[in-house]
Amino acid sequence: MDMRVNIAGLELSNPVMTASGTFGYGVEFKRYGQLEKLGGMVVKGLSLEPRAGNPMPRIADAPAGMLNAIGLQNIGARNFVEKRLKLLPWGETAVVANLYACSASEFADLAAYLSEQEGIAALEVNISCPNVSSGGVLFGQDPSMAAAVTRAVKDRSGEMPVIVKLTPNVTDIASMAKAVVDAGADAVSLINTLSAMSVDARTRKPRLANVIGGLSGPAIKPVALRCVWQVAQAVDVPIIGMGGITSAEDVLEFILVGATAVQVGTANFIRPDFAFRLVDELAALVDELGIESWDDYRGSLQV
Amino acid sequence: MFGNACQDTTVKSLTRFGKGEGDGEFIELTLEHPGLDNAAWKLWKPGQFVMVRPESFGLDPLMGRPFSITSADEEQGISIFFQVMGQGTRKLASLKPGEPVTLWGPLGNAFAVRKDTPTLVLAGGIGIAPFYEYVKRHEQPENLRMIFGHRPPLACYNWERAQGVCSCEAHHETCRQDLMDFIALIEETVPQYCNDGLIIACGPLPFLETIKKVADQHGGRAQLSLENRMACGVGACLGCVCDHKTEGPVSVCARGPVFWSDEIEL
Ligand SMILES: Cc1cc2nc3c(=O)[nH]c(=O)nc-3n(C[C@H](O)[C@H](O)[C@H](O)COP(=O)(O)OP(=O)(O)OC[C@H]3O[C@@H](n4cnc5c(N)ncnc54)[C@H](O)[C@@H]3O)c2cc1C
Ligand SMILES: Cc1cc2nc3c(=O)[nH]c(=O)nc-3n(C[C@H](O)[C@H](O)[C@H](O)COP(=O)(O)O)c2cc1C
Ligand code: FES
Repeated sequence: MDMRVNIAGLELSNPVMTASGTFGYGVEFKRYGQLEKLGGMVVKGLSLEPRAGNPMPRIADAPAGMLNAIGLQNIGARNFVEKRLKLLPWGETAVVANLYACSASEFADLAAYLSEQEGIAALEVNISCPNVSSGGVLFGQDPSMAAAVTRAVKDRSGEMPVIVKLTPNVTDIASMAKAVVDAGADAVSLINTLSAMSVDARTRKPRLANVIGGLSGPAIKPVALRCVWQVAQAVDVPIIGMGGITSAEDVLEFILVGATAVQVGTANFIRPDFAFRLVDELAALVDELGIESWDDYRGSLQV
Repeated sequence: MFGNACQDTTVKSLTRFGKGEGDGEFIELTLEHPGLDNAAWKLWKPGQFVMVRPESFGLDPLMGRPFSITSADEEQGISIFFQVMGQGTRKLASLKPGEPVTLWGPLGNAFAVRKDTPTLVLAGGIGIAPFYEYVKRHEQPENLRMIFGHRPPLACYNWERAQGVCSCEAHHETCRQDLMDFIALIEETVPQYCNDGLIIACGPLPFLETIKKVADQHGGRAQLSLENRMACGVGACLGCVCDHKTEGPVSVCARGPVFWSDEIEL
């Protein structure tokens, strides 16, 4: 079958992308597989200036998942473009920049800079990070703020597709999706991590220095599927689904409820060649199930 | 040539040390060598580590676990030496020969080797794991002095393996006074290597903090191997960082695990 998918003009060789924050700047994975094989990769969230992130410890185990409070440590957009982007095979796989900023105007400046860089295929706007004190998830929890950020980014990003990444930490994710699509988002991606906590009864301490972190991994897959399903009913733009994908069957589940592509996050920590293997497994499963086209299969859940 | 540094292998053997004698379990786990597709295995050096994830982890725990490479040899296999701490190491301890394990590495940097330099090797507890091979490979073992501080009995640590190559002293801590004596020994010995010697250390954080403090006081530099909690092991998640004095937070897995003591904050 033709594995290609199209997200608002962005053509991917297959629907498997890697999720921001779990695949570094891509270069870290060159020892583990051919980056060209991936449909796309979303790099670590970038801010205008480098950020140091949160204190340690930043990660903890959770049943069938993990918690993180990295706090968007990153080398800054300029360093990424100058020092990392050229090391990526961006002619052969889509490199998507994930954006983080503290205000709508800062988001716009960042979008303006990144959208001009050769090698970046799309922007993913992170209005959903639960691990930073200013901005972060707040933008993603208020429809009018989310719309304002989306509009500001769209205004300054020219032709480049803008994907807005949604948080599950809201009561009605479909209305958030509608708000950003009405404001011009070309696509939406979901879900970011669920706000969560882990504590130690013996030491009486939280397991993360930040106390609260984001839950990811298989534990959140049912929540993610529900969110993608609800959003697919509410908007007409392509959806990139993620949350707990650890198998080719999981990928199909997301496409079945309406996703056009998927991102693999925490599973990259199960083994660093995970996403590369998933591309092959997906092709094999599609064959086995006799799926003939993504257009027929997408959203074909029988309820 | 392209080679995937993440490989599937199987358990070759498990050897338990000092069982019944100490608190906790100490195990040498040997995995079948995955072959030299990954040429880095030919060049591995003591101080480097691997991420290990047996299939039996299932989804819980989800993250692999980092361990120093104790030895790696195409015929003998790849060995790690670990102490049972929690859910991950408990699952490792119950592996049987033939069970599947995913292994990625060798990862990180290694301890410096200066053949003609007096070298102080400081090991605290399971922190001895990278040093068996370090002392064995050293070209001038007469320049080495290894000091090993431990709480569980010596039988837990396969101590024979360290013996016979260089000067090795073990200090058993059974009470508070033993600890004070051990700290005094470090405070007295480290300065002797601060001018033109080399100090390398691996062990629990308070142990490394003491070494750093003494080295800093005497204007010396020691190499410390850090054991931060890790998820990816490859520098991607930024979960394992330590504070580098000039560069801010850096990944321990990718930039370390071995750092010069005066370059980092503990
Ligand atoms: C580069 C590197 C090399 C290492 N080499 C060795 C080695 O050769 N042999 C060995 O036995 N261990 C080594 N460790 C430590 C080892 O990774 C941990 O003991 C192990 O991850 C604990 O996993 P667990 O699931 O059993 O414990 P968990 O269930 O995760 O935790 C149980 C307890 O162990 C403590 N713990 C968890 N992770 C660490 C850690 N990274 N360091 C210290 N304490 C921890 C926790 O705070 C908790 O109290 C190394 C760590 C690193 C980063
Ligand atoms: C360690 C870690 C760091 C992350 N950093 C970012 C980030 O910088 N930007 C972002 O939009 N999402 C970030 N995420 C969220 C993931 O991209 C993804 O949305 C989430 O983990 C759910 O997918 P998963 O269950 O497959 O991991 C991070 C997740 C993890 C585990
Ligand atoms: S463990 Fe992921 S960056 Fe070190």
